[in-house]
Amino acid sequence: MAPRPPLLTMSGITKSFPGVRALDGVDLEVQAGEVHCLLGQNGAGKSTLIKVLAGAHQPDSGEITWRGAPVTLGSPVAAMRLGIATIYQELDLIEGLSVAENVFLGHEPTAAGFVVRASAARTATAELLKRLGHAEIDPTRLVGELSAAQQQIVSMARALSHEVRLIVMDEPSAALDPEEVDNLFRIVGDLTSDGVAVVYISHRLEEIRRIGDRVTVLKEGRSVAGGLPAESTPTHEVVALMTGRNVEYVFPERPAAGFAAERAPVLKVEGLSRRGEFAPVDLELRPGEIVGLAGLVGSGRSEILETIYGARKPDRGRVLVDGTPLRPGSVRAAVGAGIGLAPEERKAQALLMLESVSSNVSISTLSRFARAGWLDRRTERAATHEAVRELSLRPDNPDAAIRTLSGGNQQKAVLARWLLRGCKVLLLDEPTRGVDIGARAELYAVIRRLADEGLAVLLVSSEVPEVLGLADRVLVLREGSVVHTADARELDEHRVLDLVMEGSPTS
Amino acid sequence: MTQPTTAAQKDAPTSAAKSVGEKPGSGPRWGGDVRTLSLLGVLAVLVAVGGITAPDEFLATSNLQLVLTQASVIGVVTVGMTFVITSGGIDLSVGAIVALASVWATTVATQEFGFAGILFTALIVGVGCGLVNGLLIAYGRMVPFIATLAMLASARGLALQITDGSTQIVSVESVLDLGARDSYILGVPPLVLIFAAVTLVGWLVLNRTTFGRRTVAVGGNAEAARLAGIDVRRQRLYLYLLSGLCCGIAAFMLIVLAGSGQNTNGNLYELDAIAAAIIGGTLLSGGRGTIIGSVLGVLVFTTITNIFALNNLETAVQQIAKGAIIVAAVLVQRRSPHGGT
Repeated sequence: MAPRPPLLTMSGITKSFPGVRALDGVDLEVQAGEVHCLLGQNGAGKSTLIKVLAGAHQPDSGEITWRGAPVTLGSPVAAMRLGIATIYQELDLIEGLSVAENVFLGHEPTAAGFVVRASAARTATAELLKRLGHAEIDPTRLVGELSAAQQQIVSMARALSHEVRLIVMDEPSAALDPEEVDNLFRIVGDLTSDGVAVVYISHRLEEIRRIGDRVTVLKEGRSVAGGLPAESTPTHEVVALMTGRNVEYVFPERPAAGFAAERAPVLKVEGLSRRGEFAPVDLELRPGEIVGLAGLVGSGRSEILETIYGARKPDRGRVLVDGTPLRPGSVRAAVGAGIGLAPEERKAQALLMLESVSSNVSISTLSRFARAGWLDRRTERAATHEAVRELSLRPDNPDAAIRTLSGGNQQKAVLARWLLRGCKVLLLDEPTRGVDIGARAELYAVIRRLADEGLAVLLVSSEVPEVLGLADRVLVLREGSVVHTADARELDEHRVLDLVMEGSPTS
Repeated sequence: MTQPTTAAQKDAPTSAAKSVGEKPGSGPRWGGDVRTLSLLGVLAVLVAVGGITAPDEFLATSNLQLVLTQASVIGVVTVGMTFVITSGGIDLSVGAIVALASVWATTVATQEFGFAGILFTALIVGVGCGLVNGLLIAYGRMVPFIATLAMLASARGLALQITDGSTQIVSVESVLDLGARDSYILGVPPLVLIFAAVTLVGWLVLNRTTFGRRTVAVGGNAEAARLAGIDVRRQRLYLYLLSGLCCGIAAFMLIVLAGSGQNTNGNLYELDAIAAAIIGGTLLSGGRGTIIGSVLGVLVFTTITNIFALNNLETAVQQIAKGAIIVAAVLVQRRSPHGGT
């Protein structure tokens, strides 16, 4: 390496919160013009580290130097002044303001010091958006009307509206389609060739290989490896560093192909459609089977699941459980017939974050523990305890507050809810989102075990290997239509990606 | 070599399980206790202040009976309000419903049916108003603030129209007897007993029934509750019915207390009830509610009013003190580990 001083060095950074040591000695060195990837499981300290870098948290100890001189990042404004911009995973845009107003929020171009020059802001925003390859976004539109991907672009425009030397991106690709990811990478490339450094956080190793220069791995609040070459470090080595174990995706064993063909379908979907979301869909689900829906974001996967579940009302078609049609658009009818849903947004759609594990698990089964509305809390606790134990949820304490659990264990609590209810059909929407690699294998095993016990599972995931590894059969969706159905073993990732993008039906 | 290892292995999981088990489990409960204890502390301080500033009057049995009786009417309303707020809603119409129910139950026509007629009418009017609120909110998809604001205006208007501004004196003896001194049971006024009963039932329903659990679920995360198979709309409807029912009970209590029905009854009850629930520890955003906290909140407010009255201080000062208490209570809740996140 050339002996020029790095753009940023952080050394020995520690940060404690009441009860947790979030950072326990982190070193990070970033050169100008490089893409520096930050890897680590959930809870490894990535978020805390970038908040320290953004000036949002003050470290307890450690040193930060910026362009060779020691600095204190005392506040977000101080970090921004130095040229450090952060794009958080949860977009921090204001939906009721326009694109331009969001981009220049807090540093509006003004006349006489306080009159906002709206037209100047609009012009500058339009230029930024053009530079980001999204000239089609109108600076005067309300941010709330934009898609998630477009909002991400606006966030990026906001970061670039400052003089940046270092830009931190926290899982920027999580909500994006492959095409949009390509555009994101092009932007990253443009930035680095201008000498801007990018700190890039992602769970997807293949992305890191594509655009990363060097990698720093965090584990339990420490940097366990710094400055590894992104392209040539073998995957198993990176995974081993992150987990301290040698785990790749481990999928449970599948029963032989066509094992369920003789069984009567428990769930039948006939010509189900919603205008603008998905074309008529037919599918059958047999007991013991895991069927995967593969497709891009926006291909209608989640919408199909939610319509089967009655959370959305279909325009046409019907859903039958054991041959009996369900009342369309009624969650209660679906739940009553034995369908359960683990929704995509766990915290927003499934969990009562102020409550205990037990309350969260029993919520769909309350009347079973009640006589004339009176809850028998002892039976309730015993039953939830058993369900929780059966899924080896940790801690296996039904009184624990759900918010203190990791993502994987929160997901298990959602599964326990339906296990307790004894449902026949389980709809899983992105079951491993926000679940770290180590815990995924365990979740896969639980899902397969539930299927082996006779449950029919419909799985949606944006991670193709997950669908291929876990499901028995796969339905490939493109723009709201099923373009291909096959045994999961006959497909591979490239074939699926071809199908979801090209959509050439071959069978 | 082997022995210490086994011992360590044996110990490790149990102690780990214990520490994980205790921390999250006891956390919220402890937080709730702190809040309840601090309110009890405030109440104790107030009693001491009352005892010192007006030693003869404040601690007299008759005064304590008066304080409790005054707390009873607003207390019953607050129990209903606590349920609504816990579910993430708000009921601005409680004061107006109390007024309407109290005048409707004391019209000449109603009084002909005696005790039962008055009681029944008060309850039915309360539940009826709650039904309208609930239907508008749950099935008409109106924002609770707006729907109950509309009810506030129209119920007050209707109350004025019924009475034409006059006080409707109650002539039914059995109703008046209930408010008389000689009907006290072991020194406790009947109205206080009604309040105690409503509190007890409210606590049981919120903490020990499926209805209570669903209320908390709807307030904590309505979308999650819906996707878990709870009929969120029906639950909301029931909650406003419940609040209306509490208003009906409170209206009957006011009739007993005043021996009359007036269209100005229950003025600003909505604000007192909301304030009492909030300082008690019920989250305005929903998802957590405490009946005990609400009742303590009511007692704190009523005691302040009483102390100020005994010391001949102006209402203005009293209002300022109430405002300060609300601010202080909410600030304390923010600081407590499980407050408002």
